[in-house]
Amino acid sequence: MKLAIASGKGGTGKSMVAANLAFTLSRTRQVTLVDCDVEEPNLYLFFPTPAIVTEVTVPVPVVDENTCQHCGLCGEFCQYGAMTVLPDRVLFFPELCHSCGGCMLVCPNNAIHEEQKRIGTVVISRPLPNLKLISGMLDTGNPHAVPVIQAAKKEAAEDPLVIYDSAPGTSCPVVETMDGCDGCILVTESTPFGLHDLRLAVDVAGRLNIPAGVLINRSDGKDQETLGFCKDLGLEILMTIPFNREIAAIQSRGNLLCQVQPTWQNAFTGLFTKCRDLCKGD
Amino acid sequence: MKVCFTSTGATLDSPTEERFGRAPYFIIVETGEGSFEAIQNPYADGAGGVGPKAAQLLITHHVKALVSGLVGGNAREVLGTAGIAMYTYNGGGPVKDAVDKFNNNTLIRS
Repeated sequence: MKLAIASGKGGTGKSMVAANLAFTLSRTRQVTLVDCDVEEPNLYLFFPTPAIVTEVTVPVPVVDENTCQHCGLCGEFCQYGAMTVLPDRVLFFPELCHSCGGCMLVCPNNAIHEEQKRIGTVVISRPLPNLKLISGMLDTGNPHAVPVIQAAKKEAAEDPLVIYDSAPGTSCPVVETMDGCDGCILVTESTPFGLHDLRLAVDVAGRLNIPAGVLINRSDGKDQETLGFCKDLGLEILMTIPFNREIAAIQSRGNLLCQVQPTWQNAFTGLFTKCRDLCKGD
Repeated sequence: MKVCFTSTGATLDSPTEERFGRAPYFIIVETGEGSFEAIQNPYADGAGGVGPKAAQLLITHHVKALVSGLVGGNAREVLGTAGIAMYTYNGGGPVKDAVDKFNNNTLIRS
């Protein structure tokens, strides 16, 4: 079973839910937790432990100026503006390149070959006997999150129960994280901004045909608008976590709510049961 | 000499556009004759990399100088390497005002 945790709005508590759900489930079964928020991964902060680091690379074109006839076909082909062909040289902008390889294919003079460029790392650890943590980490200054997310997800491909912690928003990194999942928890808060972005996230999950349920975090009890929205769309409220200073304090110290206050494990076990039903389509 | 002015429309009376890569029109003026050609920018609504693409378009049209408000880093590198001089014109006045200021040498090179 593959479960994504997304939100739309940032800071609603995706990582808090992911970390506590994985911790609770690992007490009874094998769990893999994948941090797909590769631009600012943070799950490793809850599970400090030695890890194995592997590099993630992508192919980028290299032009042989001696063979190149500066015909301009590669520049015309590139949809991202990464290749600009001047009469006497080619300018390449690596941060615009999407590694599609098209420039190499259209070159009539075989003047382009590919070399590997490092863009990030995948970090794997076993913080608990039944918990495998995989963190995708994009190198600072690199704009392409998707290949790092793909590399992180690949490390969990054969695992039986995987929880993917997504980046906020609804753009490519979120779509890449959700793609192929059996279900999705959308973590929201009862603010106008939270509801606005929840609508967008629900739309993305729907377009990807992934069953989604909603978790309301930091609830102050005035959740009527969010509850109304969910009722109208037939979205199940999987769990509600109250606005509580002690929960925030535990979280901000880098501790796990379910470890410090073990009674919360029942609530997260209940969340998992609901998610399993959601994934089955019940 | 061919000089390109970034514009919101296709005429010399159109207000200038401050952005380069996403300018709706490029007005290319032949400064000696005063004649001009308006080119609709095919990259104005592009997803990304529009700066270098627009710069490539100026190179193809043998432009020697560009008058615009903001030219991004990638476009600047392409234009600079191609030897196209860049001048700053701000304020959104009509293209013909920018042309006059360019001809009177009152624009600052960027």
